[in-house]
Amino acid sequence: MTNLQQRENGERPSNGGRPAPHVRLIARLDVKGPNLIKGIHLEGLRVVGDPHEHARRYYEQGIDEILYIDSVASLYGRNNLSDIVDRTTCDIFIPITVGGGVRSVEDVRRLLRVGADKIAVNTAAVACPELITEAAEAFGSQCVVVSIAAKRRARGSAGWEVLVETGRERTGIDAVEWACRAAELGAGELLVTSVDREGTRMGFDVELTQAIARAVDVPVIASGGAGRLEDVAAVIEDGGADAVALASILHFGMAGIGTIKDFLAGRGIGGRPARRDG
Amino acid sequence: MPAPIASILDYDCGNLRSLERAFVHVGAQVRMIERAEDVATAGHLVLPGVGAYGQAMDGLSRRGYAEAVAAHAAVGKPLLGICLGMQLLFDESEEFGPHKGLGLVPGRVQMFDKDRAADHGVRIPHIGWTAMRPGPTRSWADTILADVRPDDHFYFVHSFHGRPADPNCVLAEVDYNGERICAAVHRDNVIGFQFHPEKSADAGLAILSRFVGLR
Repeated sequence: MTNLQQRENGERPSNGGRPAPHVRLIARLDVKGPNLIKGIHLEGLRVVGDPHEHARRYYEQGIDEILYIDSVASLYGRNNLSDIVDRTTCDIFIPITVGGGVRSVEDVRRLLRVGADKIAVNTAAVACPELITEAAEAFGSQCVVVSIAAKRRARGSAGWEVLVETGRERTGIDAVEWACRAAELGAGELLVTSVDREGTRMGFDVELTQAIARAVDVPVIASGGAGRLEDVAAVIEDGGADAVALASILHFGMAGIGTIKDFLAGRGIGGRPARRDG
Repeated sequence: MPAPIASILDYDCGNLRSLERAFVHVGAQVRMIERAEDVATAGHLVLPGVGAYGQAMDGLSRRGYAEAVAAHAAVGKPLLGICLGMQLLFDESEEFGPHKGLGLVPGRVQMFDKDRAADHGVRIPHIGWTAMRPGPTRSWADTILADVRPDDHFYFVHSFHGRPADPNCVLAEVDYNGERICAAVHRDNVIGFQFHPEKSADAGLAILSRFVGLR
């Protein structure tokens, strides 16, 4: 029986009474100049290859979305991914989100015009939360993704702190409170990255994802830490993630998209099936 | 034989690049329509759209597109509305409104039931890939969805959805939030998709190809 049939028959896996999860898998490509890179804790960057070649391969394998982050945009004061996005729209026909160094409504407009579907804002949204509302009013909430990089507070304090400037600067802001505010201001989606787990392959910070997913009504994308197939299932089943961003696990060939999707389907997690013909 | 032409209405409504590239990819030519008087010479016309309903209708009316698109539909030429472009085909929307629509498909556009969504732990907006089924009174044979397989998934992103007054206009539907959502509307020569065919990989490209008569 397929997941679709299970849902239509009203059968629910035991996941706290929520409907059967139906998730998207997103390939996260952090880009520095012309290169796809990957770091640990958003630092210590290593060159992986050509971003478009990787995006193209993931597309052919059935990835559901592409997420490009310009990891050095803040050094140049603007997002430099226009060329890569332009190439991507020639032969990749799935949603494309672009983030990194997006500072203004004008930046959002520029990236939408070259073919991005959604724009992720982080540092500028923390500095100027009205940017979220302005962008949502101008282009619709559906294209405004608020990216939240969060780090567990030191031993003895509960919760997570929001970091900005690619995880380099502390803000003192509570990540769950910021998530709620961002959703109220008009974010259509939240990209939640655990700085503690990012690039470690130690598994997602499931508690962080869960705390935010329970607090907001908009979809939550979990990012940072996928190393094993079990990790992906856990952040969906226990963390309540609506989408999962994958980087190392794809870039370093630890698992193919078909393998991941089949594994999730076997756990009763729905979604678009992997491509059989590719 | 020259490649068929898809005419895309440009009224500053977000990402048109992807739609343009998708039509080119399936072998069509693309003509961007930037003046109302050019609508009259369009064959296969596409009405895209993302963002807010009221703003989009204002944009269409201000440029004289609203009458031009209605005239295009009235003479029986093919019209395809995508996402917000589909919602604009209806009589009106309750989004920050009510706002009047193009009135080409009887019915209205409404928001997902938020209380019900909260009870069910369902997210709004609906963002994701979903398989569709034919509307209760419809078959896909000989329609634009004739090539769609039951397991083909399509990309949706929306908080509002159209409800045709005539159930026979529901060409395809999906379930979300425990509600039946009209995913594709079809009335004579007027077609609307709530999903994004240009963002739905091969399954979506096949539909665009069929729209311009390439298969």
